[in-house]
Amino acid sequence: MNSVEAVAINAAAFVITLALFGIYVATLGHNPLDVYYVLWLGSFARQISIESTLTNAAPLMLTALCTAIPARAGLLVIGGEGALVVGGVATVLAGMLVAGAPFLVGVTFMSLAGALAGGLWIAFAGALRQYRGVNETISTLLLNYIAIAVMYHLITGPMRDWERVLKTSSWSIPDALRVGALPVIDVHWGLAAGIVVCLILYVVMRRTTFGFGVDVLGGNPRAAQMAGLPINRMVLICCFMGGAAAGLAGAFEVTAVHGFASESLVVGFGYAGILVAFLSRQNPAAIIFLAIILGGVAASGGLLQRRFDLPDATTQVLQGLLFMIVLASNAAYGRLNVFQPAAWRTA
Amino acid sequence: MTRSTLSRRGFLKRGANVVAASVAASAVPGMVAAMGNVTVGFIYVGPRQDFGWNQSHWDAAQKIAAMDGITVVEQENVPETAEVEKVIQSMIELDGAKVIFGTSFGYWDSLKAMAEKYPDVLFTHIGAIWKEGDPTNVIGYRGYTEEAHYLCGIAAGRMSDTRKIGFIGSKPLYFIYNNANGFMLGARSVAPETTMNVVITGDWNNPVKEAETTNALIDQGCDVIIANVDSPKVAIETAEARGVYTCGYHSDLSSLAPNGFLTGAEWNWASGAEFVRAFVEDDPYPNLKRGGFREDMVALSPFGEAVPQEVRDEVMAAKQGFIDNSLQLYAGPIADNQGNVIVPEGEVRNNDDVPFKLGIDWFVEGTIG
Repeated sequence: MNSVEAVAINAAAFVITLALFGIYVATLGHNPLDVYYVLWLGSFARQISIESTLTNAAPLMLTALCTAIPARAGLLVIGGEGALVVGGVATVLAGMLVAGAPFLVGVTFMSLAGALAGGLWIAFAGALRQYRGVNETISTLLLNYIAIAVMYHLITGPMRDWERVLKTSSWSIPDALRVGALPVIDVHWGLAAGIVVCLILYVVMRRTTFGFGVDVLGGNPRAAQMAGLPINRMVLICCFMGGAAAGLAGAFEVTAVHGFASESLVVGFGYAGILVAFLSRQNPAAIIFLAIILGGVAASGGLLQRRFDLPDATTQVLQGLLFMIVLASNAAYGRLNVFQPAAWRTA
Repeated sequence: MTRSTLSRRGFLKRGANVVAASVAASAVPGMVAAMGNVTVGFIYVGPRQDFGWNQSHWDAAQKIAAMDGITVVEQENVPETAEVEKVIQSMIELDGAKVIFGTSFGYWDSLKAMAEKYPDVLFTHIGAIWKEGDPTNVIGYRGYTEEAHYLCGIAAGRMSDTRKIGFIGSKPLYFIYNNANGFMLGARSVAPETTMNVVITGDWNNPVKEAETTNALIDQGCDVIIANVDSPKVAIETAEARGVYTCGYHSDLSSLAPNGFLTGAEWNWASGAEFVRAFVEDDPYPNLKRGGFREDMVALSPFGEAVPQEVRDEVMAAKQGFIDNSLQLYAGPIADNQGNVIVPEGEVRNNDDVPFKLGIDWFVEGTIG
């Protein structure tokens, strides 16, 4: 795919979205220019805006990978929410095990535990598909409910911290193992992890024979099988990597944000990640930018509410418009002559 | 066109270190500058028109917004994640907020962290769990809604034909027990043979379960229903459709049940206005405040049409009893529903005996469930 083409089409989709959103707010009696300015002010104009945007974006990068990586192998996985939750619970358990360990050892262990739990969770759905013919979309959707139910069971019983009366939650990980903010910018370390993991998976998916094999598999599974590719193993690995990314998001929600597992892990990061994965057309590097854009929409949505007294649903209108138009713009790929090599041009 | 764009950019760069609110206000036409005013930020965990918990805070926001020199900014659906802190910072730095009302229990850690970061901003929280050592610019406050439930109970006891009333609770927590006990003690004060069926759903918000529970309670013969859940809307509408009486909780829900609504137990979070005033005028304020009708921290919904005047008078007399402290909710003899005597005959637990109320994990005699 031509990357100039991708950038141009996405930029056009973004402009069209803003134009339509402008019409929408105009019908509500607000000046679209004021609204655009507030969108900008709330998302990128100041340090606090950028910090809000990036804080919102951090978990989305990782949960988006949970859909994007398996999608490259031809699977539609929507289990990011569940993988994040099991990752968070595993992180708390790991934190209990390594209480008293040196900071780096403890945090690494907890992160790996979260990633491993999330990875196995989605790999299980991949295995069900490859060996038992269970549709992975349905199974990951149901696994979300199972993960959330298991977490509720644990935090209301076996792992409950009875000291925390009004908010039902698990035990807290040791304070010494809590991860703080990044240097310079007040955003937690999950952001750095998200960017690094996205870049690593970009290289893996775009620059290695494994990644090429996955693209072949995603393009035509039969051809991949005929070519002798180990498709079962590749599907499992893709599911594991995607699930591990979402599990890592859960690990950072625990180590950097809450310190414990609670219903605050279930706030829709997994589902928003699906949106990011589709917007980025399953490209791990593009996920970074699109997560930031959606994070910015969410961050400025708050300011939009406050300045114009608009309901929170306005932000969802903007997100929905963006999603529909970017998906519709997919139809434009390959049809704009200007982006085609001269020899392919039709007119 | 180009010129204006450039100047706005330059303006933004220069403005980065200036008070953000004034920049924003002057840059956005039609916005009223917050200069000289006090901006108060309200953060809600759910939609503010939820016929329940969040709406009770929205009511307060509207009352506080009506005060002179106060501008209120509001944001709803803010989850209890890292986002809360960013919303608080954004309100402080972009809107110039000087007071933040964090209206969900789970905001507590974030409020404390932000209070340390912004010592010249006042934060309020609804859990009343402030303790020595926490930042002094944080206030915890919470009303004794059990007193309002007692008044609902009087109305329920007078109106019930079956002598059975129903209570739906969300979580097995001390204030839910207190509310249930208040409701029951109120009912028994006028109709001693009353029994109460209690169901705890386990969720703050589970409309399906709440509707099922309401139907089940009515099938068991209960003809007055009160629901202590985040949004009692579903329970009240279900009960109204079944033709039984209901009492509200959190905010004024009389519009949901024109036929069967008796009255309701409301918070009066607008009492937080006094903190705002004290903070602005540099007067001392408490860090921890609990209170009932006497302290004007709870309220009673308007009576429904079904309630006759003599019942209204009786309820209002009891309310006056709370106000002048002549009526104590936990006045002996009180036994729990297992037969244990909790408050012996002749003994009285004062309405402001907080440690006693926090420790309550039992239902009074006559409660089933």
